[in-house]
Amino acid sequence: MEAIITTLSAYGWDLLEKTGEHMFISMAAIFLGVSVAIPAGILLTRIPKVADRIISFVGVLQTVPSLAILAFLMPFLGVGILPAIIALFIYSVLPILRNTYTGVMEVDSSLKEAGRGMGMSNWETVRKIELPLALPVIMSGIRFATVYLIGWATLAAFIGGGGLGDLIFDGLNLYQPELIILGTIPATLLALLANGGLSMIEKKLTPVAMRGETA
Amino acid sequence: MLEFKEVTKTFEGSEKPAVNKLNLSIEKGEFVVFIGPSGCGKTTTMKMINRLVEPTDGQILVEGTNVLEQDSVQLRRSIGYVIQQIGLMPHMTVGENISLVGSLLKWSKEKQRERAKELISLVDLPEEYLNRYPHELSGGQQQRIGVLRALAADPPLILMDEPFGALDPITRDGLQEEFKKLQKEVDKTIVFVTHDMDEAIKLADKIVIMNAGEIVQVGSPDEILKHPANEFVEDFIGKDRLLQSRPDVTRVEQIMNASPITVKEERTLKDAIQVMRDNRVDSLLVIDEIGTLKGYIDIEMIDTNYKKRSYVYEAMDTEEYSVHKSDLLRDTMYRMLRRGSAYVPVIEENDRLVGIVTRAALANMVYDTIWGDETAEVAAAQ
Repeated sequence: MEAIITTLSAYGWDLLEKTGEHMFISMAAIFLGVSVAIPAGILLTRIPKVADRIISFVGVLQTVPSLAILAFLMPFLGVGILPAIIALFIYSVLPILRNTYTGVMEVDSSLKEAGRGMGMSNWETVRKIELPLALPVIMSGIRFATVYLIGWATLAAFIGGGGLGDLIFDGLNLYQPELIILGTIPATLLALLANGGLSMIEKKLTPVAMRGETA
Repeated sequence: MLEFKEVTKTFEGSEKPAVNKLNLSIEKGEFVVFIGPSGCGKTTTMKMINRLVEPTDGQILVEGTNVLEQDSVQLRRSIGYVIQQIGLMPHMTVGENISLVGSLLKWSKEKQRERAKELISLVDLPEEYLNRYPHELSGGQQQRIGVLRALAADPPLILMDEPFGALDPITRDGLQEEFKKLQKEVDKTIVFVTHDMDEAIKLADKIVIMNAGEIVQVGSPDEILKHPANEFVEDFIGKDRLLQSRPDVTRVEQIMNASPITVKEERTLKDAIQVMRDNRVDSLLVIDEIGTLKGYIDIEMIDTNYKKRSYVYEAMDTEEYSVHKSDLLRDTMYRMLRRGSAYVPVIEENDRLVGIVTRAALANMVYDTIWGDETAEVAAAQ
């Protein structure tokens, strides 16, 4: 315990900086993920015949070990924060894409028909019916992706992306368990905080009629 | 108002057309019900009107304009649409649901609210329901809102796809009545799809019976019940209904005796007795020179007045009890049986006497309704 406090006082400033980097990397990756996966998920609902195949293909990408992805990206993107963000972004796509697709597909088809029958354009159907009703499912995809990404972001240190992984790797290299703990605890806390915060947003965004039902 | 010209729809991957060269013309303000077994093409036909299904061939004209030449989104906004699953948006309030088309048409918030208030007053729902969510309403209330939503932009034409099909029978009955009344108030042309013959008979001005993508018969409920075009229609309506629904659609003039025994009011009581004796009846309907019903006279009245009075008009009973020739037999029957009268005179415009319905005629009618089928079978067997 004492050792941790000593390390904390020695690395205090570092810790703050690394936590900041860590948050930035994760958030940037999630942001990219959301802005790509949600529109892509909605597009997939318009081509349900091939959607399943595309989603399984993305699922295969997901199974490639993250370390390997980082290694593959290095020759193209070099080292640093950008390849780290891109690697993490790739991982965020699947859960958000899948949940967007499922969420939108699960919106009661009679509502979509009512919307169409009343003269909603495709875009109006998305904006007024499909997105609001699928939002709880989409949000839980985003939450899932965020929690995982915060954990995986420690690997960014491998390719010089920074973040709390730096502390953990330093700890490994220098045989200093305190340093490993110092990197791990904030990462875990960040993940927990993100999970809690996003759960709250998710509840807020759930339409009144659907609250209290299966979430 | 609405015209189908050689309209055909063949779905992809199917050789037989779902709707085959359909021709039909619908007048403004008409309540038209499409009916037929499932897969007969009735829903497809309806959905081609607002192009939720694109016709393969032919023309559909709404007020003279071919729907295929219009922008489908604009077209749908100008046609009301009610579906069986009701389809109210669960994340919108009742008010927002009602003014959904208004919001698509970019009406101001005030106009949307005003219109929603105006509409909800048409059905028996309080204004504060506008701020509730659909799931707080019963099924019947929800579909009332579904109907109001279709009326919001005041479209001249409304399409209804089995709108009352998912409701329980009692709610459905109430809503049908209410809707029929509402339709008369708002004066819309309605295209209504159902597989429920009772519903069709109750609501329709014109029934279109379809089978295998083609129209089998078009006519008023009365015409179809009385003259089914072929065996398919008969089977579809059901023998039971053909008989049972007769009192529902039969009008008084169809079963009345068109030559009642009458006496003119200025004749003498002696003449009246003579007429009774000749025709072997104990009472007579009294008319004037031009055939207007004045009252009735029976043998007892003549007996008590014979000494004091000499003319029919002095002795007759002028109590006004009669039915109009176009009244429904069902109502007449009910009133007659309740009054306990042996007959009821039938009149037309200006109280002119045109016939009489006797208890005996009713008895025949009731007998046919209840036993007619069996008698026919017994007769056939013999």
